[in-house]
Amino acid sequence: MDLTYTPAQKAFRTKVRAWLKDNVPKERLKSYDTREGFEQHRAWEALLAGAGYSAVMWPKDLGGSGCDLTEWLIFEEEYWAADAPARVNQNGILLLGSTIMEFGTPEQKARFLPRMARCDDMWAQGWSEPNAGSDMAAISSRATRQGDKFILNGQKIWSTRAIFADWVFGLFRSDPTSSRHHGLSYILVPLNTPGITVRPIRAINGREHFAEIFFDDVEVSAENLIGAEGKGWHVAMATAGFERGLLLRSPARYQRSAQKLVDLYLRNQADADRDHSIRDAVLRAWQGAEAYTLSSYHTVGRLNKGAQIGAEASTNKIVWSELDILINETAMRILGQRAELIDDEEANDWLEGFLFAQAGPIYAGSNEIQRNIIAQRMLGLPKS
Amino acid sequence: MDFTFTEDQIAFRDSVSRFLMTEAAPELLRDIWETESGRSPELWAKIAEQGLMGLSVPEADDGMGMADIDWALLLQEIGYYALPDAVTDTAYVAVGMLSALPQGHAARAYLSQIASGSCRVAVGHPTNGTVADAANTDVLLMAQATATGLELHLLTPDQCEITALKSIDSSRRLSKVSWTATEATRVLDGAQGQKVWDTAGERGALAAAAQMVGLAQRMLDLSVDYVAQRKQFDKVIGSFQAVQHHLADMVTKIEFAKPVLYRAFYALQHNEADLAVRISHAKLQCSEASWFASRNSLQVHGAMGYTWEVDLQMFMKRAWVLDAAWGDKAYHSARLTQGLLRSPNAPVGPGATFDRESACAREFSGQAAIKNIAEEVAA
Repeated sequence: MDLTYTPAQKAFRTKVRAWLKDNVPKERLKSYDTREGFEQHRAWEALLAGAGYSAVMWPKDLGGSGCDLTEWLIFEEEYWAADAPARVNQNGILLLGSTIMEFGTPEQKARFLPRMARCDDMWAQGWSEPNAGSDMAAISSRATRQGDKFILNGQKIWSTRAIFADWVFGLFRSDPTSSRHHGLSYILVPLNTPGITVRPIRAINGREHFAEIFFDDVEVSAENLIGAEGKGWHVAMATAGFERGLLLRSPARYQRSAQKLVDLYLRNQADADRDHSIRDAVLRAWQGAEAYTLSSYHTVGRLNKGAQIGAEASTNKIVWSELDILINETAMRILGQRAELIDDEEANDWLEGFLFAQAGPIYAGSNEIQRNIIAQRMLGLPKS
Repeated sequence: MDFTFTEDQIAFRDSVSRFLMTEAAPELLRDIWETESGRSPELWAKIAEQGLMGLSVPEADDGMGMADIDWALLLQEIGYYALPDAVTDTAYVAVGMLSALPQGHAARAYLSQIASGSCRVAVGHPTNGTVADAANTDVLLMAQATATGLELHLLTPDQCEITALKSIDSSRRLSKVSWTATEATRVLDGAQGQKVWDTAGERGALAAAAQMVGLAQRMLDLSVDYVAQRKQFDKVIGSFQAVQHHLADMVTKIEFAKPVLYRAFYALQHNEADLAVRISHAKLQCSEASWFASRNSLQVHGAMGYTWEVDLQMFMKRAWVLDAAWGDKAYHSARLTQGLLRSPNAPVGPGATFDRESACAREFSGQAAIKNIAEEVAA
């Protein structure tokens, strides 16, 4: 065990910090759930990509910096410490990007990844369906093979930022006789293809955060198939666990939130201390963020020594989603009656965080599903 | 940066685990409970043969000269098998205290005796209201408060009045110890002694924390075994989602307590500036994991968990009592408050977890809010 950074790691941190200091927008960007804010974020992603920082672990020739996992953790620490903008194309880069990196052909990598890194293409996720959320193997949207094309029919839902997206990646049932997780294919579809209708859904904050996507005889080239036909489930799961477990939510994000919470508490201490359980909650928030960070470094260390992450990725999902609620809920308690005021800028940041945190235990596989995975795959208990 | 254990450390842990699996099986521990001393000299001798008693004793004093971090995995095993606590107090805490004495000090002679298994030490740390294993020890290390700090005194049992107390944990043997400080018993004066007692307190807290993680893991394993064979409604109860979720939550608490524990051992070994925060964090996180594990284990065991016959109670009780040992929740929470909310250089925010000289300097916005923590805790 050696908990010091190497000179190269320190130098990387210094370089990243300097770049962020010079480049992070001075003015806060507007919400990326608005048209204006989305374009601002797209410009920021392009700027990041120019420095190799939009997907730091990707190879340099595909738009990344070729970082290892420790450098990724360091990058994230600097990124969140600098209060740089939230990442608008995260689902694309983390979920689809990693998938193409593992299963894509060289042509597919060259075609999609550099554009994704610059956010020239904004990607929406097309996994969930009205009857296939937590039970994702119940997917019924169809992909019918016709020569070198697929004809898509069906409906996807809960596609985050799909109203601004250029492409959707999703799972479709390509074998009509199949059931459950067999016979699915992982297909990429341009959203401007005839036959596609995108209908926005207003989220709890009133903004058009996600959308439904309807496919009505949509033709898509078979060149857009990732991995083998009928093996889409395997393709999707191979990367989903790893992402969910490590990359989807970097610990620095929660450390930064916990730090802001500590500062909020200290600025409002006289008031907050009327209820000493608030101070306890602040301490618990720090402890949770720190435990999550330590766990991530521990996992990275084990991965560096050749270990693989399995079902324990599910413990991560539970931890970060519940931690996010604790942090934001505690801020709401400190703010008291100010917390509901949408025009109070400081209070509204926390309110937005609080609202978004409510979704954490639902998306990326509900926490109930994660608990089932832990019990059945880590502890070996039988399915009911 | 490498936050993992070496292959040697893991191999040693595994060998200790295999040893304890047979030598400290629950039925054997129950037999030992029934004896008057509550201790087995045979078991003690076998533990010494494993090298555990001399692990931290310097090589010059016939030990293995290992460091704090080497205890991180072993203490979890000691917890997992609910080994009587004299081992940790003697081989980890007391050895640390005696090793801190200057070379040539007469009391260092005990180190080689500890390594060979022929000397037991009880530690009367002020955070503990009672002294563990005082009634069955060769030497006692006791604290005497003075204006300059806590003096360190070394006594033999015949120099003390030892009154045995009963604990709900039958393997825990606690005593009230009355004694008189004299020039002859004093090993270190207040200024020097304080440092030794402070570090002893940190070691004790981490030893308790590590054992609690091991205990939580044992309770989880017992629960998994139980729910996989117990049937209700013609099905094993381990197939019910409500039961599975109780166990899944235990896994999560345990897995996220471990790295906090390891970080704290490292901070102690390297005498880092933030070690009080790291250690209190570990104690709180591990105690939460073990209390949570005992609560959920009892629930999935149903009424069987409430009986003397089922082994769960042995591990549950140990977890309950270690929570208050070496600083209870209030003590460690107060230290976190001090270190995180009252300090201009608190380890808060991204980049503050490791290697602090390279971490981002933090603007402390709470200067105006700093109050006297002592006042606050008193109120």
